[in-house]
Formats: sequence, structure tokens, C-alpha cells
Amino acid sequence: MADLNVNIGGLKLKNPVMTASGTFGYGEEFADFIDLSRLGGIIVKGTTLHHREGNPYPRMAETPSGMLNAVGLQNKGVDHFIEHIYPRIKDIDTCFLVNVSGASVEDYVATAEKILALDRIPGIELNISCPNVKEGGMAFGTSCKSAAEVVRAVRKVYSKTLIVKLSPNVTDITEIARAVEAEGADAVSLINTLLGMAIDANRRRPILSTITGGLSGACVKPVALRMVWQTFHAVKIPIVGLGGIMNATDAIEFILAGASAIEVGTANFIDPQISEKIVVGIDEYLEKNNIHSIQELIGGLII
Amino acid sequence: MKKYILDFRISENAKLHDNYALLKLMPAHEEALPPMLPGQFVEARVDRSATTFLRRPISIHWVDYDRNELWLLIRIAGDGTRTLCNLQQGDTLNLVLPLGNSFSLPASKNSRILLIGGGVGIAPMLYWGKYLKENGYNPMFLLGFRSDKDMLQYELFCQYGEVYVSTEDGSFGEKGFVTQHSLLNGRFDNLYVCGPKPMMVAVARYAREHNLFCEVSLENTMACGVGACLCCVEDTTEGHVCVCKEGPIFNIEKLKWQI
Repeated sequence: MADLNVNIGGLKLKNPVMTASGTFGYGEEFADFIDLSRLGGIIVKGTTLHHREGNPYPRMAETPSGMLNAVGLQNKGVDHFIEHIYPRIKDIDTCFLVNVSGASVEDYVATAEKILALDRIPGIELNISCPNVKEGGMAFGTSCKSAAEVVRAVRKVYSKTLIVKLSPNVTDITEIARAVEAEGADAVSLINTLLGMAIDANRRRPILSTITGGLSGACVKPVALRMVWQTFHAVKIPIVGLGGIMNATDAIEFILAGASAIEVGTANFIDPQISEKIVVGIDEYLEKNNIHSIQELIGGLII
Repeated sequence: MKKYILDFRISENAKLHDNYALLKLMPAHEEALPPMLPGQFVEARVDRSATTFLRRPISIHWVDYDRNELWLLIRIAGDGTRTLCNLQQGDTLNLVLPLGNSFSLPASKNSRILLIGGGVGIAPMLYWGKYLKENGYNPMFLLGFRSDKDMLQYELFCQYGEVYVSTEDGSFGEKGFVTQHSLLNGRFDNLYVCGPKPMMVAVARYAREHNLFCEVSLENTMACGVGACLCCVEDTTEGHVCVCKEGPIFNIEKLKWQI
């Protein structure tokens, strides 16, 4: 077996495969299908300071090779996570990260502080890129100034690994990446969903209750790869790549483009075993190509 | 209940009319069928359909543990279900199952039980009726269709209790919707309903007026099927809950329907 260990800004993962926030629940939903301890990490559902009911139904529209969602960060709040969910998952032998979102800088800070106190959560993914909430979320991630402001504030109070999840709905994602790097982010993850829309022509109405939503799935992979590649050449901190990864080959492509780790998202809905299969597939790729360590492959695209 | 991901082989595709297929399935590698309860569903992966990305949630129509056979009744609603309905004997179908909760048992074996299905909504009622009958209950059935040409599985339902039919054009049974059927003048304790939403709302209204126990089976658009993505939520007295996990069966008192 090849060496699959990777480092994400001080965080050691047993392999580069994590599951993306909002697509894997708290891991437990998939425990019947895979051995969760085989995964490099699990990024749990977007968590906010207070309970959120999310957007009204309908929240999902299937698209060719993908889907739009407009869930809107439904979650029971960070205190519920700490009291009810953390005790159930903390002894699972994988790296649990919490995706943190908020409507204000103060919310982000307060939530991050609460998560900091949890021994078995070695890092957070700061979500400044959710396209489905009215305030906060993507609003922070689409300007360098506000992205820097929220990262600066969270960095002050949060001493463990801080990954910032970036929005693709910007003119130049590398500017935002550089801005959060300058404020002390340990890594960036990209991409969150692409803002999109679906219409029911027969009813002449939008399909989603929110009219627009976030596009994910195989269809977004070329955009995500391009952004990972561009960002790899713009920042020094590690990149976590995601966006349309459906199999191990897709994951390898992201690593070649410059990702130190990857997240599997929408693919979990089609094959609940896919995350573990990707771990196996990456190992097979390395063996077949006589590569001893995954680290040799990061950014190894031959131009 | 433990969930499985299993390949099945199509042992028969019995086409029922133009728009429905009855798929008879057996585990491809002769595994025993996992335990499944009435009201639960499967998520079927749709291969070889360019426009279909996600799995399709399909009600469990019938389970026969002796023959190790599972039946799915599928209506063609779009490209995904059309692809499923065109599967041939010997083809493989990948399922995640069993998913969701199940119908609640009536309080007593003497309870007067009516199972109401409309169109493809009859699907979960066959397995539920079989289960009730085999466990000493006496279900009755009220099935609604557009016309006699659209009727599904009538003879099979007759094995498990009295069957009444409504057709919109009056070509079989009573003319009109199930909620107009004279059977509802009688007295029941428990109603279980699956069908188009207006039908379920109408039955729920009747149940509330007569103070009856009533459960409905919902089919909100889903992605994951296991409570992870939070796409299929229904607004309930407990807030937004996943139809795929906390449902698909809901007591009407828990729903925020305008009844």
C-alpha cells in the first residue's frame, strides 16, 4: 500500500479523501454502507450559532449530470451539535471537521469558539460561500474585504486548523484565496456550489422555492478543476479540492491540479460507498504508477 | 433498520398498461432479502440515462421472503422512471434499501382498517395489506384510478380483503374520486393513504372531520434518501423533517397541511 498521508496546514489526514459538508450528514447516515474509519476526514453539516429551519420546500432540482440545492443551512445550531451529536461521533476513528457558517462576523466567531473546546474536532471549515442564505454565507466570500474580515476575526480566537471554503461565484477566486491566506487561513477548500437556476416550462415557474440555488455534481468538475489549478499557483497554503468528484480518477485529477486533499460531495447520493471506493482507487493508482507517496502527486500536472 | 446497497437481477418485467411496469427482482448474488417493512422504499440507481443523475425513490410494492423476491411498481413520470420501466429480464438494478419509516399498526386486531391508494399510490398498499392480513388484521381497500384501463393489481388486492374501486369516468366501481365513494359513509378506525397530494389532502380532511387515525405516504423530491442532504423536507409540527428518513409515512396530525 502506498503512503496516503497528507497534511492540511498542520492537520494530518490518513488519506486525502474527505466527505463534503451537507452531503454526508454527520457520517452516521452512511455507517451501514462503509467503514467510516477508512476515510481521511468527514466534514459535518454546516453549523450555525443558532438553530435554522432552512428554506421552504422544494429545495432540489435535478439537472443534466448534476443537481441544484437550496437547503439554506438547515441545522439545529452549534449547542445541539455539541450536546447531542458530538458525543455520538467523537470516537469514530477519522478526522471530523465542522463546517461553520454565520449571518455576521460575531456569529462565526462565537460558533468557532464553541467548536474549539471540542477535543476531537481538530479543525473547522469556514463556510463563506453558501449561495442559499440571504445574509452572510456567500456575501462574505465574494469580496476580498469581507472575506478577510471574517477570517481575521475567527483566526484571532481559533487556534486549530482553519480551512476557508471559497465560492466560485466570483470574478477571480485567486484574489479571495490570497486575501484569506494573508489573514492566516491554514488552507482553502474549493469550490462551493455554483449559483444556478431551474425552470419548469409547463408551469412557467421556478422549480426551487428560492428561485436560484447551488449547482453541484459531475457537471461542475471542469470549473472546479480550473479554479483549483489557478489557486494552486496563487497561494502557498494547501488546497482542498472539491466539485463534481465522482470517482478515484476525478480525485487524482484534482490532486494533479494542486489539491492536497479532496472532498466527495454529491457523489455520495448516487453511491453511498463511493468515498471509501475512492480511497481504494487512489491507492491502486499510486501502486500501478509506482508512486510511493500521494505527496509526490500534488500539483504534479505535466504541462 | 440496517440499510443495504445491493445489486438485483430482473426476474420479470410485467408491463402493466403503457405507463407502468411491475419489476420482479431477486438479489443478483443470491443474498437473502434484507428485512423490509410496509411503507418503506428503495432508491434505485438509473444507469444508461443521459439526463438522469440521481437515484429514484420507489415504494416497496411486495416482498416474498420464501421466493426471495421483491416487486416494484413504477409509473413512467420522466426519463429516469422510463429507463427503469424499460429494464429487461436478466438486467441488473442497484438498490439502496430499505429506507424510511413504516406504517403504524392499528391499535387492535378488530380495528376497522381502510387502505386507500390512488394511481401508482396503490404500490405500498399491497405489501401493507398483505402484512396486515398475515398478522391477523382485516384490511379493506379503496383504490382510485382514472378509468378501468388504468386499474392495477386488482386481483392481488382481493386476496387480502374486500376491494372497492373508484374511477373518474365510472368505467369500473363507483364514478368519481375515492373521497366520494359510498364506502366512506361506513365507519373506520384507521385510514392509510397514498396517492396524488390533492387526494391525500381530501382524505386527511375527511379523517379529521371524523376524528380518525390517518397516515399518508409522501413523495417529496429526494436526493440522498438517507437523511443527509435535507432536500426532501416536509414542514411539520417539529419543523422541517426529511421525508426520506422521518417519513415517508406521516400521521396527518404532524403535518402542516391546510386541511
